Amino acid sequence: AAGMFLRLLSDIQWRAAHPKWRRMTSSQRSTSTTAEPHPLSLPAQAQVVICGGGIMGTSVAYHLSKMGFKDIVLLEQGRLAAGTTRFCAGIVSTARPVSIELKMAHYSNKLYQQLEQETGVQTGYMKTGSVSLAQTQDRLISLKRIASSLNVMGIPCEIISPKKVLQLHPLINIHDLVGAMYVPEDALVSSANVSLALATAASRNGVQIHERTSVSHVTIQKGRVTGVETDRGRIQCEYFVNCAGQWAYELGHSGEEPVHIPVHACEHFYLLTHPLQEPLSSSLPTIVDPDGRIYIRNWQGGILSGGFEKNPKPLFTEGRNQLEIQNLQEDWDHFGPLLSALLRRMPGLEALQIMQLVNCPESFTPDMRCIMGESPTARGYFVLAGMNSAGISYGGGAGKYLAEWIVNGYPSENVWPLDLKRFGTLQSSRTFLRHRVMEVMPLMYDLKVPRWDFQTGRQLRTSPLYDRLDAQGARWMEKHGFERVKYFVPPGSDLLDLDHSKTFYKPDWFDIVGSEVKCCKEAVCVIDMSSFTKFEISSTGDQALEYLQYLFSNDLDVPVGHVVHTGMLNEKGGYENDCSIARLSKRSFFMISPTDQQVHCWAWLKNHLPDDSNLVLEDVTWKYTALNLIGPRAVDVLSELSYAPMTAEHFPSLFCKEMSVGYANGIRVMSITHTGEPGFVLYIPIEYALHVYNEVMNMGQKYGIRNAGYYALRSLRIEKFFAFWGQDLDAFTTPMECGREFQVKLDKGMEFLGQEVLLEQKQNGVYKRFTMFILEDHDTDMDLWPWWGEPIFRNGRYVGKTTSSAYSYTLERHVCLGFVHHFDEKTGEELVVTTDFINQGEYEIDIAGQRFQAKAKLYPFSSLFAQRRRKDEVELSGYQRE
Amino acid sequence: FYLTPPQVNSILKANEYSFKVPEFDGKNVSSVLGFDSNQLPANAPIEDRRSAATCLQTRGMLLGVFDGHAGCACAQAVSERLFYYIAVSLLPHETLLEIENAVENGRALLPILQWHKHPNDYFSKEASKLYFNSLRTYWQELIDLNSGETTDVREALINAFKRLDNDISLEAQVGDPNSFLNYLVLRVAFSGSTACVAHVDGVDLHVANTGDSRAMLGVQEEDGSWSAVNLSYDHNAQNEHEVERVKMEHPKSEEKSLVKQDRLLGLLMPFRAFGDVKFKWSIELQKRVVESGPDQLNDNEYTKFIPPNYYTPPYLTAEPEVIHHKLRPQDKFLVLATDGLWETMHRQDVARIVGEYLTGVHHQQPIAVGGYKVTLGQMHGLLTERRARISSVFEDQNAATHLIRHAVGNNEFGTVDHERLSKMLSLPEELARMYRDDITIIVVQFNSHVIGAY
Repeated sequence: AAGMFLRLLSDIQWRAAHPKWRRMTSSQRSTSTTAEPHPLSLPAQAQVVICGGGIMGTSVAYHLSKMGFKDIVLLEQGRLAAGTTRFCAGIVSTARPVSIELKMAHYSNKLYQQLEQETGVQTGYMKTGSVSLAQTQDRLISLKRIASSLNVMGIPCEIISPKKVLQLHPLINIHDLVGAMYVPEDALVSSANVSLALATAASRNGVQIHERTSVSHVTIQKGRVTGVETDRGRIQCEYFVNCAGQWAYELGHSGEEPVHIPVHACEHFYLLTHPLQEPLSSSLPTIVDPDGRIYIRNWQGGILSGGFEKNPKPLFTEGRNQLEIQNLQEDWDHFGPLLSALLRRMPGLEALQIMQLVNCPESFTPDMRCIMGESPTARGYFVLAGMNSAGISYGGGAGKYLAEWIVNGYPSENVWPLDLKRFGTLQSSRTFLRHRVMEVMPLMYDLKVPRWDFQTGRQLRTSPLYDRLDAQGARWMEKHGFERVKYFVPPGSDLLDLDHSKTFYKPDWFDIVGSEVKCCKEAVCVIDMSSFTKFEISSTGDQALEYLQYLFSNDLDVPVGHVVHTGMLNEKGGYENDCSIARLSKRSFFMISPTDQQVHCWAWLKNHLPDDSNLVLEDVTWKYTALNLIGPRAVDVLSELSYAPMTAEHFPSLFCKEMSVGYANGIRVMSITHTGEPGFVLYIPIEYALHVYNEVMNMGQKYGIRNAGYYALRSLRIEKFFAFWGQDLDAFTTPMECGREFQVKLDKGMEFLGQEVLLEQKQNGVYKRFTMFILEDHDTDMDLWPWWGEPIFRNGRYVGKTTSSAYSYTLERHVCLGFVHHFDEKTGEELVVTTDFINQGEYEIDIAGQRFQAKAKLYPFSSLFAQRRRKDEVELSGYQRE
Repeated sequence: FYLTPPQVNSILKANEYSFKVPEFDGKNVSSVLGFDSNQLPANAPIEDRRSAATCLQTRGMLLGVFDGHAGCACAQAVSERLFYYIAVSLLPHETLLEIENAVENGRALLPILQWHKHPNDYFSKEASKLYFNSLRTYWQELIDLNSGETTDVREALINAFKRLDNDISLEAQVGDPNSFLNYLVLRVAFSGSTACVAHVDGVDLHVANTGDSRAMLGVQEEDGSWSAVNLSYDHNAQNEHEVERVKMEHPKSEEKSLVKQDRLLGLLMPFRAFGDVKFKWSIELQKRVVESGPDQLNDNEYTKFIPPNYYTPPYLTAEPEVIHHKLRPQDKFLVLATDGLWETMHRQDVARIVGEYLTGVHHQQPIAVGGYKVTLGQMHGLLTERRARISSVFEDQNAATHLIRHAVGNNEFGTVDHERLSKMLSLPEELARMYRDDITIIVVQFNSHVIGAY
């Protein structure tokens, strides 16, 4: 059969007449079972080897070959499109909450639409539209937020009444609905045929496709992919792409040097029925009823309906076993609640006859976002997997981004939210994955209110102070496995209430965070910030300085004891990382970056630093507990504890010094706060952490010290207009675009990464500008709150989206941060954004379809500071991370 | 009048008791994981009794159910005393000596049994001295008889049963100066009780049965299904061997009058029992004891009444039949229950219900549509029914309670019907006995890992 396939590919006419192609989804694809010899032997070498012949692998092959790569081999252990892809429900849905995922789905839809014409392979593409139902007001709000972002991308989408739903789909029971979202351009496809169409096109472009070929492992030498071992021999290659779907984890672990790809499979069930007496029209829209946990699409005159149940069944935790995908059992008892939801939504289907209950495993990731990108440890090892059951929606776009990544070094969009490097080895425990995906799968359809946290796989990394803080009422969130305090619930508060009332409106922690903010401004607060990534770079000679000067835009040749805020930029001047670097000695530096930079930053430095044994890079994250003392009285607390004067004359801003605090010596004290308030960060060797914390709290009592959490920090940094990497800043944002020119030393006398672009921007201007918006007519108590991702309108025209927002307790207003673009009114072309352009507009922020007036600002309110400082000092410390 | 599900539950759960064998060093090294027991009264007061205890001076665990008749006095006495008789019968000579010495010298006594009792299971304080003296006499005789041989469990059980019944009889003949106690020993002797007792020690399971309570082993077959193995024979008219035995023990002339209307001498359902001296003593002895006894006894028509065709007593014995079974890993549990359960449920159903409850898995064939024509509505109905069945399992934390729920509430389809359950439980006292009997159940769960390692 493999031979037949290859012949088919070389003879389009003959293949098109072959009926097997069209029936791929409805019938078992097992026509020829006689083992034919493989007609073509594997090549000895190729530029790219792709493992996996599902939608992901074929899409990557398709895009790579289109972008000019010719020497590509695609290996499939079974048959093309025979895994999850074959069983997939074939719904192309663009209604995605994460903007990059939305873009991928949008592109996929456009690609699939023209694929049949391009390849001659029938894809079953049908533009049916989709209707997402809301049974509650909160659900409707979440749909409205998605509708806002679809609309500004030019994707037609409207919020409709239940009556309109009935017009679109006559079978629906609308009595319990409050509204719905209609996306008319969503589509249905035969997913296996889309995959085969992509394979056909790729094959025509020279991609070699080999079925029934298993990859046993990938060979890696000196941190680079060198080849692939298969059951049919070895292929040398430059790039390897792991598109192995549910087997991606195992394949990643099969080699000597493991590549950690945190995916885990769960069983997924959907129902197929015989046609209705009057067969359903194939143009009826797909129905998504997230409150009922189901989706329903028309299928051959009947329906196809599946869902994401509350109690998923994880499988393959121990790795691949005898249970092959094809042999998974139907489990009607498990499907029961979904069937109830289906009959409740479409009571008229009672008499419809069942055809089959399909069990189709899907792979899920720890954060519900898919995984793409290059391995942090093996260059040339790329991954595209973990689609969280949206493989068809993402397939086209994800394949395109990954192909761009291989060809150009980075995709054309910021894909950090999907980057493999957001995970490390710590998310690779099978137990963790098993527990987490059991939470993730129901979350697909759970209502996600702002700031929800995962409940499973918690308390993995903790500060030594965890128990102390927890006992004082800390409420926790997690970042990169590290527990961090959101806020402290004062004794006597109704705890149950706090944990349960989650809302798009004013949250119940409002007053709690307000009092923490107040304390930061008027007295002193302690925030445990131990989760931050900490590296030390040292060398025997001047190598450390030399290389850091090349990798960072600010001037690091500062006197010993100084701290520098600087971006770690790529060739395009965009932020790969945003960090603080302290010069500990002539030849050693201490670098602090955001928590989720641990893997990415390490890989970036490793890839850019020379292989020089005289240059040592060490991850010391685990060695230090970081306590941030924020507030005007931080000086008093610290000087009393150290018997050293800490005033600005003795310990100026952006200064670093090892000193004693209480009995503990060797505490690295830095005069930075991450919020713009006066204060210090103490980097404490972990064995002293409890001692120092106790001393600080005891001594601080008379100054009104209290604990605070990240929500207070967030409010403080946003009202000070401080950008945060990963939220506001990304690889497509330069310092020039966010008012950080002062952190760029174009004239430091040394070439550095991104310098040319920055120079160019300095001369010709920027195409987007980080702007602060103060909401004017927004009622904090009554109106929906902004969170992030809200569209920004200037003079009624869309100009960009917010990237973060918070309530400012000082301004008593909401503050949103976001980027303003200047699109030409006629062509849509991006134009230079000038200060005048920003200042001369009337702005509105769209929160779930409702627009609020906003005032735009390019500089923070300096008058907000309790202790006034000179403006340049403000800007120097004007830097923030979370 | 209708009971709500919580009301039904509070009635069903009022007497439930669970015991889990404590783990030692993270492991339970006993072949018994624990047991669940429960009682549902139909008589007021209930005439059934139950006992459970761990032997402290020998290995093993004792569990028993006792179905009293003509009052609860005999069942109560047997439930308090029988296990002591058994434990003592099992004790090695040295331990008996040690205990006797301790009593002789007023030293603290080695504890013999650790009881596992529900708060409603009481012991008679007044009679404890009397009972103790009888027991002591028994062990003194055992010391004198010292055979030097290791104690055989079967023999120990038989001896203990017979000895206790003998003591009950003697105590009634001798009487007691204390009028309360005097009346008590007479009530014990004139009422009766069956006994079904299991002794588990490692893989050795002995069941000693007297009367028509029953012991049943739940066995899980290789395909996961459940089957029942009887570990006792009912001593009643339905048991041919038993009828045969009774006839053998009496002259041929009595053959017709021995068993009438499936009852012994036309009166008694169980063919073996404790107490019931009216079927054991000679007419003269009965008359003498009743006449010299307290007035309450004398006024009682029942005690004065002599069974018809009463020629060659004794007609009744407390001697048990003992069945020994070597536990296998597939033997998952043992059910001891009074006839109140067995009248309403077939043992095969008991095995399945308890088995599925304990494993938490309903061994229902997974539903497969296959080539059949099934509509969404039909499937939905089927699944809803299966869910309801499963949810009734999770309502109960106790296997015995779960079994009672089925015994009382099962409809013709073998599923618990709440309406029926509610009706059965809200019957007025005087009617309850007509629709159901007292039910007492002990479900012992075995530790397959330990058993498999033997």
